Amino acid sequence: MTALLVFLGAAVGAPMRYLTDRAVQSRHQSLFPWGTFTVNLIGCVLLGGLAGAGTALPAAVYSLLGTGFCGALTTYSTFSYETVRLVERQSYFAAAANVVVSVAAGVGAAAFAYEAVHALAG
Amino acid sequence: MPEEPLDPDVDLRDPVQQRELVRHHVSVLGVIALGGGLGALARYGLAQALPAETAGFPWATFWTNVAGCFLIGVLMVLVTEAWSAHRLVRPFLGVGILGGFTTFSTYAVEARNLLRPDTVPLAFAYLGGTLAAALLAVLLGHAITRKLVPVEVAV
Repeated sequence: MTALLVFLGAAVGAPMRYLTDRAVQSRHQSLFPWGTFTVNLIGCVLLGGLAGAGTALPAAVYSLLGTGFCGALTTYSTFSYETVRLVERQSYFAAAANVVVSVAAGVGAAAFAYEAVHALAG
Repeated sequence: MPEEPLDPDVDLRDPVQQRELVRHHVSVLGVIALGGGLGALARYGLAQALPAETAGFPWATFWTNVAGCFLIGVLMVLVTEAWSAHRLVRPFLGVGILGGFTTFSTYAVEARNLLRPDTVPLAFAYLGGTLAAALLAVLLGHAITRKLVPVEVAV
């Protein structure tokens, strides 16, 4: 049952990443990977919030939305690959900014959402 | 030799990828959904096999992300330089399976969980260690595949 929920959540999350990445790229011409940054940030906020709900959240919902949806919406492979490609293209500033901003914003957003939901869920 | 895209999920600077949804919405989004589901199942299975101890290093997510990064390095050399890949190969394997397998959100939340007074060094070791290993894995996947697989000569 849990495996099915993980599968279903991810089967929605992965196409959402692809479509969001396309939508963001069509509005930005810069080398900075805004599309991947956007999906990763949204996923960190969502998963931080779900984790902050703790036991107030049924385990099945966490499997579907957390492990499945957020896990597939966000990506480490694309993030790393883009960073390497930016270095190969000698866009060192964009590569460094991608690493620093993605990690800092991702952890910060997850922590903020966790605390906010944790306070509300009491 | 065609240049590898910047974004392996989809790079709108590539005219082929720019058009790949035209008349093929169902097949492209369908293989991404299927691949994403399968990749996430593999991640879930690995997390069950390597359960993280509270306040311990999150090895399952670490190995998931590093392995996925190695494989995206391999895949992108194959689909852009070595094979005349079918149009659904990158969406299924790269966007779907590897995107669904690896995760940034779990990485961030696990790091947050380690940001407690007694485990702050571990949190930074996890953040930096994953990052360094993941970037090296992409480079290694690239280098090994370029060495082993004959590259098609562009005409």
